Amino acid sequence: MSESSRSRMDAVLGVVLLLGMMLALYMAFIEAPREQTMGDLQRIFYFHVPAGITGITAFAINFVASLMFVIRKNRWWDNLALSAAEIGVMFLVMVLVTGPIWAKPAWFVWWTWSPRLTLSLVLCLLYVSYLLIRKYIEDPERKAMVSAVFGIIAFMDAPLVWFSIRWWRDIHPSLTSESGGLAPEMRPAFFTCMAVFQVLMIYLLRRRFYLESLSNELELIEREAGTAR
Amino acid sequence: MIQIRGLSKYFGRFSALRNLDLAVRQGEFIALFGRNGAGKSTLLRLLAGLSRPSSGTIQYSRLAGSPKRLNPRSDIGYLSHLTSLYLDLTAMENLRFYAQLMDIQLDEEDLVQRIGRVGLAGREREPVRNYSRGMQQRLAIARAFLHDPEMLLLDEPFTGLDQSGSDLLKRVLADAHARGKTCIMAIHDAQVGYELADRLVILERGAAAFDTPKSSLSLAEFREQYMKNATDLTDA
Amino acid sequence: MNKIWAIFRKDLLIELRTKDSFNAMLFFGIVVLVIFNFAMESLRSSIHSAVPGVLWVAFAFSGTLGLNRMFAAEKENGCLQGLLMIPADRGVIYLGKTLAATVFMLIVEFIVFVFSLVFFNLTVWAEIPYLALIFFIGTLGFTAVGTLLSAIAVNTRMREVLLPLILFPVILPVLVNAVEATNIVLNTADYHALKLPLTVMTVFTIVFGTISYLLFEHVLED
Repeated sequence: MSESSRSRMDAVLGVVLLLGMMLALYMAFIEAPREQTMGDLQRIFYFHVPAGITGITAFAINFVASLMFVIRKNRWWDNLALSAAEIGVMFLVMVLVTGPIWAKPAWFVWWTWSPRLTLSLVLCLLYVSYLLIRKYIEDPERKAMVSAVFGIIAFMDAPLVWFSIRWWRDIHPSLTSESGGLAPEMRPAFFTCMAVFQVLMIYLLRRRFYLESLSNELELIEREAGTAR
Repeated sequence: MIQIRGLSKYFGRFSALRNLDLAVRQGEFIALFGRNGAGKSTLLRLLAGLSRPSSGTIQYSRLAGSPKRLNPRSDIGYLSHLTSLYLDLTAMENLRFYAQLMDIQLDEEDLVQRIGRVGLAGREREPVRNYSRGMQQRLAIARAFLHDPEMLLLDEPFTGLDQSGSDLLKRVLADAHARGKTCIMAIHDAQVGYELADRLVILERGAAAFDTPKSSLSLAEFREQYMKNATDLTDA
Repeated sequence: MNKIWAIFRKDLLIELRTKDSFNAMLFFGIVVLVIFNFAMESLRSSIHSAVPGVLWVAFAFSGTLGLNRMFAAEKENGCLQGLLMIPADRGVIYLGKTLAATVFMLIVEFIVFVFSLVFFNLTVWAEIPYLALIFFIGTLGFTAVGTLLSAIAVNTRMREVLLPLILFPVILPVLVNAVEATNIVLNTADYHALKLPLTVMTVFTIVFGTISYLLFEHVLED
């Protein structure tokens, strides 16, 4: 893709995103009905849950990119994997921040070791580990390869983590339960937010990826100029 | 025997090797000179398969008079200032361990003999920890030659050796060279390098700045070149 | 196969001679038991329910110490360089190292467990075969991925410090299930319930053992 078409695409995506965000705010705060027991507090749900799902989508992208890197050994995939991991961690942090904000008034506890919240926490830790590994390896080829291996392991670990904590919750029931059903009137708002979060992720991913390829380019130029020596 | 094309290795902004082309013929003895950071070790590590190139290729081709290609895992002996020896094992145990990993059948007698040949006779059953630096390096020589490799990669192999140790290593290398083995040796000492090698290469900032057969110039001429390309400003 | 055995024997021989990691692992495991004993003073009346968790924390911590030591020792004299240049798939190094780590950990676990019987005033007889099975599978799961991650960690700027940071999140499924399984044996004796945690740990071991074996080649560099 040429430089100009790339930036045109980003601009279009940015405008779509801006409109989408305004729509999402409207849907979540005005259009969606007030929940009966929790009241307006429940509206955080429209941001909490999509952030989690979007974060996991980003990790899935990291997984695919890591796998592709191991096969192709092409820097492009490494840049994608890194971008996806950083953005995934960001979304998961949103989940972990909104979780207690929701839990405290609703269930009078800051933290519930509910399976979903626990999974979010563990995923967040896994991908922070991923970023830590990257930080401490200097050789770029090694960094890309090792982190790709870790990315594969981390994502394959997720279902096992999920299964283990679900089962663990079954034997140690907590005070809170996660309601599964969503009232039909709430669905439009939920799905709007979901879609907007995904677009946000894609937009950020593109920007982050672009930044990384710029930094690769800068590295190349500096190398050519020999300024580092 | 080895064809290196456009080989580069970067560490961030720093390039250890840039776009290096080099053809190594079978039976050649190349002495590799250059300042610290000129890319000598990096090149040897890449050739040994210990590290991956950022770009470019290393092609190992067929050995003369043999149907098989040079296999970097089984046909290369690598000797550096790191001895790769386990300090808590004895000389015998070290060599036996590596022989097992390299699929070489050696009985006790063979091992004793090999240890004797590097001047450590009588101390085979002592833990390597008790050895002096020079003795460890001697044992490392025995280790690197364990499988009589087709090609030897030597990274400052004289480190830590005393006079007789150096003489021993020179003898071993000259002998390997005479038997048609290929050697690439990174070295700082211009005289020793000139003495052993038949091709002299100076790396400068990751590229070959100078590459000539030894026969084309005298030691004095080479020294001059060496001062120009391969000495640190602080050395001069 | 011979090479896996050679690497295992070499590690064992060095360990028998120096006892470096063994002593450190054992001492650390016991220290963890003692510390938890004080930390859980308020639970004195129901301390038995905490034993499985305490045990596995002790195992995991001392195991991390052992794994770290194992690859740090290879780095010491450039030994890893020597290993990397052998004419064999590097997966062989993984298997040899995993075998060594598993055996060391199991020995330490056995001794730490005996200490815990004394400290927490437990008596076990009929439970021993079940516990042995749980310890074995749990440890294998731990070392299967631990060996790979330890090879990654020692080759970073942070060296050994990095291992627990990257290992514990990954190993969580094993720890959760191992603690639960140990709890079933020690506190409920409902042996039918063991099937699930043992299955999860086995799946973990097989999946990550295979991945690690296949990818070890790529992470190992001197």
